[in-house]
Parts: sequence; C-alpha cells; structure tokens
Amino acid sequence: MRLRLGVLAALLAGLSGAFAEDRPSCEIPPYLLLGNNELKRVAAVVNDNRRLTIAVIGTGSSALAGPDGPSSAYPARLEAALTQRLPGVAVKVVPLVRSRQTAEDMAKGMAKLLIDEKPDLVVWQSGTIDAIRRVEPDDFRAALDDGIETVQKAGADVILMNMQYSPRTEIMVALDPYADTMRVAAQQHEVPLFDRLSIMRHWSDTGEFDLYAGGKDNVLASRVHDCIGRGMAVMILDAAHLRGEHKAAQ
Amino acid sequence: MHRAALDPGKTIAATPASAVTAGRDLRLDLFRGIALWLIFLDHIPSNLVAWITIRNYGFSDATEIFVFVSGYTAAFVYGREMRERGFVIASAKILRRAWQIYVAHVFLFAIYLAEITYVATSFDNPLYTEEMNILDFLKQPDVTIVQALLLKFKPANMDVLPLYIVLLLLFPPILWLLRLQSTVALGASALLYALTWRFNWNLPSYPSGHWYFNPFAWQLLFVFGAWCAMGGADRLAGVLHSWAILSAALIYLVFAFLITLTWQLPGTSQFVPSWLEEVIYPIDKVNLDVLRFAHFLALAVVTVHFVPAEWPGLKSPWLWPAIVCGQHSLEIFCLGVFLSFAAHFAMTEISGAFWLQVVASALGIVIMIAAAGLLTWYKKAEGRHPGSRPKKAADADLAGGEA
Repeated sequence: MRLRLGVLAALLAGLSGAFAEDRPSCEIPPYLLLGNNELKRVAAVVNDNRRLTIAVIGTGSSALAGPDGPSSAYPARLEAALTQRLPGVAVKVVPLVRSRQTAEDMAKGMAKLLIDEKPDLVVWQSGTIDAIRRVEPDDFRAALDDGIETVQKAGADVILMNMQYSPRTEIMVALDPYADTMRVAAQQHEVPLFDRLSIMRHWSDTGEFDLYAGGKDNVLASRVHDCIGRGMAVMILDAAHLRGEHKAAQ
Repeated sequence: MHRAALDPGKTIAATPASAVTAGRDLRLDLFRGIALWLIFLDHIPSNLVAWITIRNYGFSDATEIFVFVSGYTAAFVYGREMRERGFVIASAKILRRAWQIYVAHVFLFAIYLAEITYVATSFDNPLYTEEMNILDFLKQPDVTIVQALLLKFKPANMDVLPLYIVLLLLFPPILWLLRLQSTVALGASALLYALTWRFNWNLPSYPSGHWYFNPFAWQLLFVFGAWCAMGGADRLAGVLHSWAILSAALIYLVFAFLITLTWQLPGTSQFVPSWLEEVIYPIDKVNLDVLRFAHFLALAVVTVHFVPAEWPGLKSPWLWPAIVCGQHSLEIFCLGVFLSFAAHFAMTEISGAFWLQVVASALGIVIMIAAAGLLTWYKKAEGRHPGSRPKKAADADLAGGEA
C-alpha cells in the first residue's frame, strides 16, 4: 500500500550499486528503523546490570535450515551485532521459533515463556501464518494486543516484527491488511515495529538483494538474515538510547 | 471507431417509440473503463506504476467505482427488461448473468492454479520456506477445489467476482422493490448495511475468516447505483449542483488526501491528532467503511459537476479506449485479472526491474483496449450496438456489458 518514496533514491543507488563491492551494505533508511517508542527496560538492564536477555518468538521465517542455519539466522546475528556494539554487556538472544504458529498460538505461550526465559526484551515476529490462513483481522489484532500486554505486564519490552517481503509469492497472499494491523497495534501500545516487509522491499528496490532469485543454497538467505540482525541491533540501541553508551565504551 | 453507437442521440433516433431506451450515460462506461485499468494496475504486486491509482490519494479505490457503476447499469438494463417483459424473465436473465460470472471466476481460478503450481515446483529459496506454506492447500485438492467452487476459498485478488455474483443473486427482489418504491428499497439496503455493522454479518471463507468484500455491506453501493439509475440521480440533481454540497465534497477530498499522505510519507503520521486517529481508524475495506463510502460520494459529486453528461469530450477518440473497456466490463475485468497474473509471472521469471513494470502495465492496458475493441467489432458484425438496445431484445445482458 505504501508509496515507496525511497524509490527514486533507490534507482540512483541501483545505478551506483553496479560498482559497489560484493558484501551487502545492509543499508536501511532511518525512517524505517528509528521511531519514538522507547525500550526502557532494555536501557535499564544494560546500564545498571550490564546484561541483556532477548527472546525471539516467531515462526519459520525467524530460522534457517541446515547445519549452519542456527548460527546464520537473524537471532544469532542480532546477538553477534549487539555483543560487538555493547562491550562488557552479557548479551543473550534466545530463539523460540516454532513453525506454523499464528499470533494467537504465540500469544497463548507468552506467559510461560516469560517465566522460563525471563527476557528483558521480546522480539515478536508474526503475521505470516495469519495472512496465509486469512485469520480474521479482528482476531489477529486481539491476539497481538493480548501478547503485547502479557509481556508488558511482566515488565519486559516488546518489538514487533512483521512479515518478509516475498515477491514470488506476493500474488498468492494479501499481506497488507495484516501489516497495517501490526503497525496500528505497535503504535497504540507504543512499541517499536521492525518493518521487515518494507525494509526487504527497499532492499529489493535498490538492488541490494535479488529476492526474486530461486537459488537453493543458503547464501542469499544468510546474507539477508545477517542484515536483519544488524538492522534490529541498530533499532534496539536507538530505542534504548544506547548509542551514546556504545561510543563511550569505545 | 463506431461512433454512431456511442452517440445517445442516434440511439434514441433508432428507437423513437421508447424514450426510456435513451442511450446510456457514457460517463458510466468511461469511469468503469478507467476503474478496470486501475484495478489491473493495483493487482500487479509491487507495481510502482500503481502509484497513479486513486487508492493512494484518498480512502476509496477503483472497486467502489466498479461496484457503483455495475449497480447503475444492472438497474438500467434489467429495469427496462422487467418493465417490458416482467419479473420472471428479468430475474431469469439476471441469474443467467450471475452464472456467466461464476463460470468466468472458475476459469480464472484454473489459470491461477496453473501459475502457482508452477511457482511451487520451480522455486525453493530457503529464505522463503515459511511463505511456501501458502501452497499447503495444494496438498488437499479434494477439499480446496470444492471450497473454491463453493466460493469459500478465494485466492488473493479474486474477491471481486464472487461479490458480484452474490449481489446479482440478491438483485431480482431488490430491483422489483426499486421499481415499486425506490426510496424504500434504498432504505432497506441502508438498514441491511447498518445491521451488518451492528451484528458483524458476513459470509464464511475457507480455511478461516470471512469474505474480503462483505456482500452485506458492499450491497449498499450497488443498490445506491441502481437507485440512481431508477430516477434517484434526477432527484438528487438539485442537491448535487448546490455549492454547499460541492464545497463539502471538495473539503472532504482534501482531508482524505492529507490523511492518505501521512500513510505514504514517513514521519508525518505524528501530525494526525490521536483523537482523530481514534475516530477514523481502522478504515475497514471489508465492510465498506463509512469513510470510504463518503469518499466515493464526494468523488462522484465533484465528477458529476465537472463532467456533465453532455460533455462533448465523451465523444472524443481520446476517451474511446476507456469507454470501450467499460462497455465490456466482465470480459475486460477477467482479462485484467489474468494479465495481472501474467505480469507478476513475467516479473518473477524475467526481472522485477522498474522498466519491466512500466512495460507490463502499459502493455496490459493496450491488450485490454484491443480486446474490448474486438468485442465491439463482434457485436457490430452481429448487428448490435454497445450502449443501445439489441434489436431483438433477446440478449439484454450483452447489451452493453453491464457486468
């Protein structure tokens, strides 16, 4: 639904991108990453306790298959990026990924997970399965509200993450109503939204990644997940006002 | 260019005995044709050309235009039929039209299946393992295909024709009431709309959820179109041309434009006060949100003011492509859905680059115009004219493509 105003810039970037080096730059426009919603709990535990535990709740698109899958999926990349940028802070990212779960399934498991893992921040990736199954948007919204409130009551912070941009399957599933619902839910609960859909679309538009490609190996997938992990780290540091911390540590 | 057939004056001259067979309002065909193009552009995923479509500049989109005009023309064609040949014949023709649309829908579903099964077998990027769950339904063709035939399983972008089928199935009694007491019929329609909102009525979908275009809500626009065709438009003429209404419509369009802008321009949504957000969001497409309906009305008021029925531009060759598409709406709509699949297929197989999107969009519209021109030629060869009454009145549902 969104007009992609970055497109002109993107076209130019695409032209100059022909001369760029091989390694992806993971460039994300600031308006897609930075917002007004704060991660107060994250800021507190990093500053006071020098530790940070993050739980990633999600479905298939939060994991990669294969022997090197766990280490190259975005939760592990997020842990690596945060560890690097927060020296002296014990960063732990726990992936709690189960395929084919709707938002409602995940919201139901939220209370138990908070007790088991005691995360300071929950990254909640959702929406894909709901869109595929065409779950009633009101029910989807209610599940999001329920899950977010459970986490917030337990004192932890939340980041919502929406679906992947998948150009090949785009004609088969209407993602936009679900993406809109997640945007509104994030706004109303004042939690950051990692807009994976727009970010990956941006990468596709700029030519950063060829997401139409059908390659069977994990090369493209690992690179995309690495960029998502790094982007997520930037979002967390910004929303917890830890960028200064990072500089001080250097 | 078959200009005579597009000329209402000549149509009347051809059947002087019956003033009611006055030619169709060409504006209907014009705007339905444009709506068909916009729907095509919007249906191509990730299409940057779809920037130009009206959904990016206000609350309503081409679907509203399509449903309204379809209601208008259905009442125009079948209302005449009902007056001249009675309730039973007119109803039978309406139901036959519904059947034709059903067959068209199933045909499109077959094409859709062909495309996605191809994608399913040719594409296994590990990044998208989860997205491939979309294809789960292929594992149970026995269930899925039956659900599709029951109109409960509807792939993305294939929601409009099922809506139209249900609207036509409900249309005979509505048309009967419209002819008897048009205001009562419109009131009943508004009541159904209100009750639908109150009690969350909708039809079920498979595997879960409800219809994307709720027929019980969207019927309001269809019946409103029909009501306008049955004399409502004339009754509204005074209101429509008052400066107060025109100003209100313009102000509302500007308001909608500004709100839409905040969806597009990053960082601007903070300028929308939260009390206003509470009032207007969510803008529900499923149930034809009042804001969408009002936006369509405002567009219609402004359009009717600036494009009068006798506007000579309507006969210019420049507008002929849109008008001719609007006159064969069922065929061109289906072709548009097919072409949007084909454009998406080209984008996945050749390139997703911007130039290809422009080429695919332009080529698609040219093909739609060519097909509509061909259909007009067929009708002419058979001695009938679009937009006018067929000589034998045997095929009212082809008399101008009222779908």
